[in-house]
Amino acid sequence: MENGPPPAIHIKGIRDGLLVTLRGKAWPDLQSALMSQIESQPTFFQGGRLVLDVGEHVLKVAELSALRDLLSDRSISLWAVLSESPTTEQTAQNLGLATRISKPRPEEVRQVTEVRDDTALWIRQTVRSGTRIEFPSHVVVLGDVNPGAEIISGGSVIVWGRLRGVVHAGAGGDQKAVVCALELSPTQLRIAGVIAVSPKREGKRQPEFAFLKDGQLLAEPWKA
Amino acid sequence: MTAKVVTVTSGKGGVGKTTAVANIAVALATNNMKVVCIDGDIGLRNLDVVMGLENRIVYDLVDVVEGRCRLRQAMIRDKRLPELYLIPAAQTRDKSAVSPSDMVRLCDELRPEVDWVLIDSPAGIERGFKYAIAAADKVIVLTNPEVSAVRDADRVIGLLEAEEKGPAALVINRVNPTMVKRGDMLSVDDVLDLLAVELIGIVPEDENVLVASNKGTPLSLDSRSRAGQAFKNIARRLMGEQVPFLDMESPGLLQRLLGRK
Repeated sequence: MENGPPPAIHIKGIRDGLLVTLRGKAWPDLQSALMSQIESQPTFFQGGRLVLDVGEHVLKVAELSALRDLLSDRSISLWAVLSESPTTEQTAQNLGLATRISKPRPEEVRQVTEVRDDTALWIRQTVRSGTRIEFPSHVVVLGDVNPGAEIISGGSVIVWGRLRGVVHAGAGGDQKAVVCALELSPTQLRIAGVIAVSPKREGKRQPEFAFLKDGQLLAEPWKA
Repeated sequence: MTAKVVTVTSGKGGVGKTTAVANIAVALATNNMKVVCIDGDIGLRNLDVVMGLENRIVYDLVDVVEGRCRLRQAMIRDKRLPELYLIPAAQTRDKSAVSPSDMVRLCDELRPEVDWVLIDSPAGIERGFKYAIAAADKVIVLTNPEVSAVRDADRVIGLLEAEEKGPAALVINRVNPTMVKRGDMLSVDDVLDLLAVELIGIVPEDENVLVASNKGTPLSLDSRSRAGQAFKNIARRLMGEQVPFLDMESPGLLQRLLGRK
């Protein structure tokens, strides 16, 4: 594998059907290579929904519609064309094909296999506006949580920094969850089902600790 | 020559991206640098107006990307500075006409020819923003001392971190020292406190910026204006010089002449 050129056709099953990536070579060669691959495994492709990633190939309406007809003759429906060329994107749109598929963003969604009571998510950076962190257990942030950021935790939330975004601790209903921060001034604070906004305060901020008591959300200065 | 590609972006609109690009470009070009500005705001082009080159546009960015002209043909040479060029945006198209890879290709073609490529990003965080930052070696995030602008800057910095574009450089534009003193405006420290990135410029609010934009003569062509001076300092910092920040509290020339505080 390492010696030869990368394969011109790469086929992968995705949630929305089959993703076929075509690279290098001239378009007519790619098209015939794809068709012969389909001929060799007709049952695999039959009734399939195809997404074509053509990279930088510039395709005109005639070429793309010809391919679509060839595919539909074999009961394969072409529904999307991904391309880096705006001309090809335009062509695909003219033919009523999608030019984008929803790709999962693996770097933003991390799967956790096992979560116990003592599991915590460790975040060692500032959580900026527009970032949403959801975790079934505790969350520890070494950094600030800026306004516009959201942390939704099944357990407690500890912020070693300034907490100015929205935090929901005990999102699953855990009334014992707490939130503490070096500076506790969240846009909104929720513990279990109780919501509070931080009062306007002046002066030097000190570390604080928020918890539920008799259905009331309270915040107290942290005393070591 | 290997050009450095710098994108100016902000998230929020109207904070002064285009003005900043025009002024930094002029300041770099005055320092004998060969500079190309690219207006990335396809469909809402402005940079040509601010630079006073509107009536000389023949080809634009989309013409280059779609192969209707050579790169050279779309580069408009500035009237005043022979080493300053503009590649204007297309006005009759939209953001879908250009992709991130188009910008990377275009900048790679420019890199051996010039010292600096400055890209004026459109507002927002959608496709226009994505192609504007695609080729950038450095991204300048511009903001105003205003809560909403800072919030958007924070979002943009987060997106740049996710794209692994390296640390963003911050410019705070339109700082009004009198209002800061009264406590009616966020101070430079307040903004830095929240965004926690490297600061490379503080630009004071200056009426002359608007006048200059309307006339198409960027302020940094004029040595007396304080905003112009601030942009020149940003250009020098980009070139690697250590330049102290302007003292926002110091009285302006006129006030000194009149003997006021």
